Amino acid sequence: MYIIIVGGGKVGYYLAKQLVEDGNEVLVIEKDAAKCQEIADELGDIVLRGDGCEGITLESAGTGRADLFIAVTGDDEDNLVACQVAKNKFSVRRTVALINNPKNEAVFKSLGIDTAISSTALILANIEQELPSHPLIPLLTIKGGGLEIVEAKVPSYSAMVGKRVGELLLPQQCLITVIIDEEGVPRIPNSDTVVRAGDEVVAVCRCESEDALRAVLTTPAEETNER
Amino acid sequence: MKIVIMGCGRVGTELATLLDREGQEVTILDIDPDAFDQLPTDFKGKRVVGNGIDQDVLRRIGLEEVDAFVAVTPGDNRNVMASQIAKHIFGVPKVVCRIFDPIREELYHNLGLETISPTREVAQLLKKALEREPGGED
Repeated sequence: MYIIIVGGGKVGYYLAKQLVEDGNEVLVIEKDAAKCQEIADELGDIVLRGDGCEGITLESAGTGRADLFIAVTGDDEDNLVACQVAKNKFSVRRTVALINNPKNEAVFKSLGIDTAISSTALILANIEQELPSHPLIPLLTIKGGGLEIVEAKVPSYSAMVGKRVGELLLPQQCLITVIIDEEGVPRIPNSDTVVRAGDEVVAVCRCESEDALRAVLTTPAEETNER
Repeated sequence: MKIVIMGCGRVGTELATLLDREGQEVTILDIDPDAFDQLPTDFKGKRVVGNGIDQDVLRRIGLEEVDAFVAVTPGDNRNVMASQIAKHIFGVPKVVCRIFDPIREELYHNLGLETISPTREVAQLLKKALEREPGGED
């Protein structure tokens, strides 16, 4: 495939590198001479210095035969115009634009860009998906020991709720060191301390038993009763 | 008429002043708060600091309700993007977009935007001026 990338910043560089490694014909269009030189030094003769929104630049880049046109500069308006010029003047079938303002996603789509990718939206989607099912947040990995300190909020449905710390079936080499209640008061628990819903639990555990600890925290009460 | 002008440079300032004196309801938008310094002291229109390619900014200034939108920032691409948002997202009835690059101007004109390329226009004016007899006014 012949792929044109507009913008030779970090995203453009690594994208080009990966696509070249995958065996594609790649051309990066970049305005800045120093960045062009860097890319040429690292990836070879795959850079064209110029403005990726200019018809003349895109003409000499052979945009007419590009299978894919990707605009990843730091400015949404430049990515939009580069893709629109490629699509409307050179009939490129597929255009992809990076966007910074996630609200521009709908604008880009309605203005004819095939794919608009917002890094902000991707990160948001990820944390929104992951937070409820993975309540374990690694705070610190202890050097050399394979241990880490993690923090988690006890969900209201958890089988831990109402149990004493001593009753919990924790993984091997796992210790609950601090429990912070919903009012924000931290306590160092003993085996008689009762876990409540919404408590923040700070624990030290082996890195490999993170999943087991997560399971203890998130297993719903009913499920444990059935077993 | 309610008119929004994006870009308070020389042209934006001049246009805003003309329209304001005519009694139009003008809002002028620029990302640089210092840009408004060139407006005359008796300018009655609204000055708004904000980015015209941000829909939230355009919504805040009530773009759904305006009669006309003019994009005259120094950036062709910013003008093109803001004008397309004004026309296609907010449905502004009259949108005029300045594009310096004649090639891009032609493209967006063909895509249905009302465009003006000062490069092309001024080149033609200069050519006409050169063709006139020296000393002749018209």
